[in-house]
Amino acid sequence: MSTSPSPELLRVRDLVKVYASGGLRVEAIRGADLGVGVGEFVAIMGPSGSGKSTLLHLLGGLEPATRGEIWLRGRRVDGLSASAWAVLRRRHVGFVFQFFNLLSTMTVADNIELPALLAGATPRQARKRRVELLEELGITAKANAAPSRLSGGEQQRVALARALANEPSLLLVDEPTGNLDSASARDVLRLLHRAHAAGQTIVMVTHDAKVAGLADRVISLYDGRIADDAAIVPAPREQPLKDFLELRGLVP
Amino acid sequence: MRQPLLALLAKEPAHGYELKLALEQTFGQAYPSPNIGQIYVTLKRLEQDGLVRSQDVAQDSRPNKKVYELTTAGRTELAAWVEEPIEGPRVRDEFFMKLILAPMAGLADRMEFINSQRRHYFGIMRNLMDMQESLNQATPAARLLVEGAMLHLQADLDWLERCQEELV
Repeated sequence: MSTSPSPELLRVRDLVKVYASGGLRVEAIRGADLGVGVGEFVAIMGPSGSGKSTLLHLLGGLEPATRGEIWLRGRRVDGLSASAWAVLRRRHVGFVFQFFNLLSTMTVADNIELPALLAGATPRQARKRRVELLEELGITAKANAAPSRLSGGEQQRVALARALANEPSLLLVDEPTGNLDSASARDVLRLLHRAHAAGQTIVMVTHDAKVAGLADRVISLYDGRIADDAAIVPAPREQPLKDFLELRGLVP
Repeated sequence: MRQPLLALLAKEPAHGYELKLALEQTFGQAYPSPNIGQIYVTLKRLEQDGLVRSQDVAQDSRPNKKVYELTTAGRTELAAWVEEPIEGPRVRDEFFMKLILAPMAGLADRMEFINSQRRHYFGIMRNLMDMQESLNQATPAARLLVEGAMLHLQADLDWLERCQEELV
């Protein structure tokens, strides 16, 4: 187990999620324990069906846990009602999804301003923050466009801007590049990297090792359990390409 | 060939032909059948290096056979092999040998094994990403090489996941 670098933002104890429908019982998460420090970037990996997305949904209160504890900013939140979770998310939890989930009937600008307005910001404050974010994410020119006019990469940047609008304590990200071409994926990753460098705490689900490679730490899920939880430590090697070059017969 | 033979001998003493059969049984048809001469030569070298010792066992109406067993030094060498993560993309997949053979000899837990290799791969991935970052203005050839290495690493990680699904 790795140690958190700073005070804990998130703590999960013996978290369990069971789906039961029509006599069928599926244990999606079977007793997860984990902690995330303030400013930490954690990647969750694992095969399809290992429970990655379920775990992320539980952490953000999108689905209730069957049992176990979730503590966010020192407060126990697993027993909150759906509406209490919604209030908590507005201020403290940002979500980025694989399929962007932007509101199609609103402009890009409105999509980004909405969370701030819902959280009680004045229209002026919401606009100011939106302008900053669009600038930071390089999509200022698209402010008045409908999301459907944007490329996948641009939509994901808008989704990231929306998630960051209220400066959440915790950013939850689900397969951010799963639906993007490689150039757009690189852009989104660069932005996540920058947000992390600026102190944003991030928990991200991905099946892509290049994406996970950005994180401080990787949690490997297997069959609803945490099989491994370890910091990424750069390998002590002089030439990381050595094996590849040998394999390809390219050694000078 | 050295370490796989040591790993098989950690399970039980055996003579050369038994080791050849054990390798074939373990890895099946996909694995090139080891040449018996190569096995004898390797066993002889292992004995010279003090990693195994042999005993002549008399057989009815046939020449004596040499039965090999692991020495303490051999066990130490084997443990060191098992513990050391294997470097990135490989021609001969030594990690796979370890994954299959070490738990058979009671030397390691497969899950721990997979985890330690996975951590190692992520470490290399980080190195490659740092390299990619520093190559931003580089030639397409340099960027493509780093990307190729990353894709290989991704494949290694995917395979590791498959091994985990089947073996753990």
